[in-house]
Amino acid sequence: MYYALYLITLLSKYMAKEIYQNNAPHTLNNDLFHEIGISSARCYQCGKCSAGCPMAEDMNYTPNTVMRIIQAEDRQMDLELLSSESIWLCASCEMCISRCPMQIDIPKIMDYLRQKSLQERLQDKAANKSIIPFHQSFLDMIRYTGRSYEVGLVLDFKLRSKKIMQDVDLVPKMLSHGKLPFLPDGIKGKKNIQAIFKRTLRKK
Amino acid sequence: MEKIIGFYPGCSLEGTAREYNESVFSLAKLFNIKLEPVPDWNCCGATAAHNISKKLSLSLPARILSQAETAGMKSLLVPCAACYNRLMVTQHELFENEELKSEVEEIMGMGLNSPIRVLNVIQFIQEYIYPGLQEKLSSPFGKKVACYYGCLLIRPHDVLNFDRTEDPQTMDEAMKMIGAESIDWPFKTECCGAGFSVSRTDLVAKLSGKIIKDACDRGAEAIIVACPMCHSNLDMRRNTIDRLLGYKTEIPVLYITQAIGLACGLSVKQTGIQRHIVRVDWQRLNSCLPEKMIKEEEDIHG
Repeated sequence: MYYALYLITLLSKYMAKEIYQNNAPHTLNNDLFHEIGISSARCYQCGKCSAGCPMAEDMNYTPNTVMRIIQAEDRQMDLELLSSESIWLCASCEMCISRCPMQIDIPKIMDYLRQKSLQERLQDKAANKSIIPFHQSFLDMIRYTGRSYEVGLVLDFKLRSKKIMQDVDLVPKMLSHGKLPFLPDGIKGKKNIQAIFKRTLRKK
Repeated sequence: MEKIIGFYPGCSLEGTAREYNESVFSLAKLFNIKLEPVPDWNCCGATAAHNISKKLSLSLPARILSQAETAGMKSLLVPCAACYNRLMVTQHELFENEELKSEVEEIMGMGLNSPIRVLNVIQFIQEYIYPGLQEKLSSPFGKKVACYYGCLLIRPHDVLNFDRTEDPQTMDEAMKMIGAESIDWPFKTECCGAGFSVSRTDLVAKLSGKIIKDACDRGAEAIIVACPMCHSNLDMRRNTIDRLLGYKTEIPVLYITQAIGLACGLSVKQTGIQRHIVRVDWQRLNSCLPEKMIKEEEDIHG
C-alpha cells in the first residue's frame, strides 16, 4: 500500500517536472538567468545606463530598452533584439554597469546577446559587413600567429569587408613613423593557441 | 640595486604604439628597473574575443597568466589598458569560480595556481617611479594638460578596484608631481570608440571629436593618455576628426610615460615623441583654439 503511494508520488513528481520543462518558455530572460545568472527583473528602468552610454544615440535599442525587451519575455521581440545592430554597436566601455544603481552587468548581457546572435545566425546585415568581420579578422590573426598584427589584421579586414581603399591615406605616414612592422612568424606556442581556438570555437 | 618585474607588452606596443613601449622601457631604465617580458606571450584577445566567445576570451589571457606564473613572476606590468582589463577580469572570474577555472585549464592544457599582481602603468609609476622622482626631475613639464583615462583602466570598478570611476585623480596627481597643471574636464572617462577604429571609423571620429574639442576649448596644451587604443583614436584618426569638427586641431596626445620621461630629462627619441602623427610642437600650441573662435575673439576685442 505504502509502496504504491510512494510510486504514485514519484511518478507525479516526475510528470510535473516533465510538464514544466516542456512548457517553460524558451525566452532570452530564462536563458540569461540559467546561463550567466543575471536576473533582468532587478532592472527598474531608471535609464541611467542609456544616459551615459556613448553609443546610445546610434542605437535602435538603447541599453535600458534592451533590458525592457528581455523583461517582456516575448519571443518575437527577443528575435528582433538578437538581429539588431544595436548589440554590435556596444563598445564594451562599461559605463552602464558603473552607473547602474542595481549593478546589473549589462556589458556581460551584451556579450551574451552577441554570442547568441552568432549561434542562431541572426546577425544584423550592417554589422555583418563591418564590425563582425573585423572581430573575425582579429581572431583569425591570433589563431594563426598567436598575436594580432595590425598590418595583417587590416588587410584581412579589407578583403572581408571589401573596403579596399579605406585608410590608404594613412599608410605613408605610418611607415615613416615606424608604426608598421612586417608580418611575423608567430609565437612558439602556436599549436597551443590553435588548440584553444579549436576547443572554444566550433568552425562554421 | 636593480629591481626586476614581469612585463606583458601586448600586441599594440609592438606595432602602432611602439613609442609607448620605448618610453616605458626608457623610464624603467632611468629608474633602474628591469622589465622581464612574459616568455612566448600571446594576444589577450581584446574586444573581439569576448564579443564572440566567452570561453575563448578567458582562455587567451589565462595562457598569459600561466606563462608568467611558470616564469616565477610575482607582479606583472601591463601598460596597455585593454590588456590590463582582460587580464584582471580573467583572473577575477577564474579565481572566483573553481569549476570555470578547471574548465579553462583543460582548454588551454596549462595550470593556474595563484593570482599574480597585475599592475597598470599608473600603479607602476606610483610604486616604482614616485620614490625617486623628485631627485630625477630635471625639466618640469610646465604645460596645461588634460588627463584622459578612458574606459578600461578604471572600469569595472568591482574587478579593477583602481581609482574613482567618475572623476579619477591618479594621473592628475602624477602630472602635478612633474610640474604640469592638470585641468578639470568632463571627458576624463568618456569612451573614444575603442575597437571600432577600423570597422566604424565614423563612430570613432564622432566620440573622439568630442574629447578633442573639449580639451581644446578648455585651453589644454596636451592630452595625456595611458592606453594605446585611446592614443591611436585621438592621434592617428585626427584627420578624420578634424574633417568632422570642421577645423584643424593641433593638440598633441602624449603617453603618461612620455610626459614623465621628458620631465626627467629623457630625449625626444628615447620617449618616441617623434612617432606621433600629430606633431608635438609646443610653440604652435597657441593655435590650438579653432580659427573661427580666434577670429571671434579678435572681433570682440577689436
